[in-house]
Amino acid sequence: MATYRDVAIVLRTHKLGETDRIVTMLTRGRGKARAVAKGVRRTKSRFGSRLEPGMLVDLQCYEGRSLDTVTQAEMIAPYGDRISRDYSAYTCAAAMLETADRISEEHEPVVQQFNLLAGGLSALAHREHDSGMILDSYLLRAVAIAGWAPSFTDCAGCGAHGPHRAFNLASGGAVCSACRTPGSAAPRPETFVLLAGLLTGDWPVVEASEEPVRREADGLVAAYVQWHLERGVRSLRLIDHTPSTPLPPHEVFARTSLGTSRGPRLPPHEVFARTSAGTSRGPRLPPHEVFARTSLGTSRGPRLGA
Amino acid sequence: MYEGVVQDLIDELGRLPGVGPKSAQRIAFHLLQADPADVRRLTEVLTVVREKVRFCETCFNVAEAQQCRICLDPRRDVRLLCVVEEPKDIVAMERTREFHGRYHVLGGAISPIDGIGPDDLKITELVRRLGAEPVDEVILATNPNLNGEATATYLSRLLRSMGITVSRLASGLPVGGDLEYADEVTLGRAFEGRRVVDA
Ligand SMILES: [Zn+2]
Ligand SMILES: [Zn+2]
Repeated sequence: MATYRDVAIVLRTHKLGETDRIVTMLTRGRGKARAVAKGVRRTKSRFGSRLEPGMLVDLQCYEGRSLDTVTQAEMIAPYGDRISRDYSAYTCAAAMLETADRISEEHEPVVQQFNLLAGGLSALAHREHDSGMILDSYLLRAVAIAGWAPSFTDCAGCGAHGPHRAFNLASGGAVCSACRTPGSAAPRPETFVLLAGLLTGDWPVVEASEEPVRREADGLVAAYVQWHLERGVRSLRLIDHTPSTPLPPHEVFARTSLGTSRGPRLPPHEVFARTSAGTSRGPRLPPHEVFARTSLGTSRGPRLGA
Repeated sequence: MYEGVVQDLIDELGRLPGVGPKSAQRIAFHLLQADPADVRRLTEVLTVVREKVRFCETCFNVAEAQQCRICLDPRRDVRLLCVVEEPKDIVAMERTREFHGRYHVLGGAISPIDGIGPDDLKITELVRRLGAEPVDEVILATNPNLNGEATATYLSRLLRSMGITVSRLASGLPVGGDLEYADEVTLGRAFEGRRVVDA
């Protein structure tokens, strides 16, 4: 029987029979995959806890006719476990996992999506930034990788240099006064700046933003994602915006990087999938830094007057 | 595919949780060959269950009256309230004979991907109970998986803001197992939940 080994993030699980689960995951090498995990719902299961949503695992499976079967799962990073201790982070992670599920196809590996999701979950688990901002940054970059890159500076219709005043979903972001159609929104100029920062992972810009601006950006990001993903993302309705409490010192655990884990190493060009237009150059970055980098961008759009 | 009513039976059985098409077919043919008296007993019990059994108005456990037998039992300690996801979890807790308080059934766990948020569970009812009953401690006994943990996190944030003592069922090592086989999440939680040995 053909077996394979891969690094995977568990996206969701379904109960199967009395004690099994079907695990839907995003693998690095094979895109989205579904596999049966036998006996994991028993409390004595050895790898039940590793195959929960949001966990990053090193996985071994054998291929079946319709479904694969998990034979081994080793933990690389228990992001899901950490995230479940913070309700806001949990709701944001749920929306990220659902989006990743909706955006990826089976047997169609998109390494950038995998790295982006790993980076986003890591940022949530470490409470690196506001959960809602991590989610918005993830969503914008995920749809950009999927081919629907928005523009928040130059006009999405004709390419005229920005900044512009109007925002149109169908056009793909900011629009100039000539391309502006009825039904376009008119967000604050600061909101465009924040959105551009979220799209490129420019965290100093994001951190400097104020609450009303964040709320406006939240709404536009959700609308943009729902516009592109048919049937929408259900979890977005249940996002909790209560600010996270900082991690108590004893809970700040050693950061896990793919480079030091037991799993197969990621080649550097695969780890660095930082921006939508990201050229794959730069030093090797573990997932938690994929979200944090702000100064290495080679292809970030012009900065708005921040 | 079978004809008419046999296929209907297979389809109905196949809608039950945990029953796949193969099992549905096997159960259907078992019923066809079974003693008619056995089948009659099964149909009667199914009808009675639908008619008689309902959910306790206080705790949402299964009940045969307005309240379940636990809520009606005066010997249960009203100061302790154990929150579980499903009525079947009460059965599991009762088997331990360790707990003498009362229960509250949420009717599931928060699961945003399935569209289930706090408002879809019996949380408002829980808060109302805590306002009316002399509860000292709420024990969160949701499942030790992602959704169960997140539900416990949500509830502890909510209830602590009301000034109620909240505890979470400890996660730890299965009795009878070997330490070396424990997974890291369980072992990590066992460390967190460790207690001082006083004997
Ligand atoms: Zn234009
Ligand atoms: Zn009751």
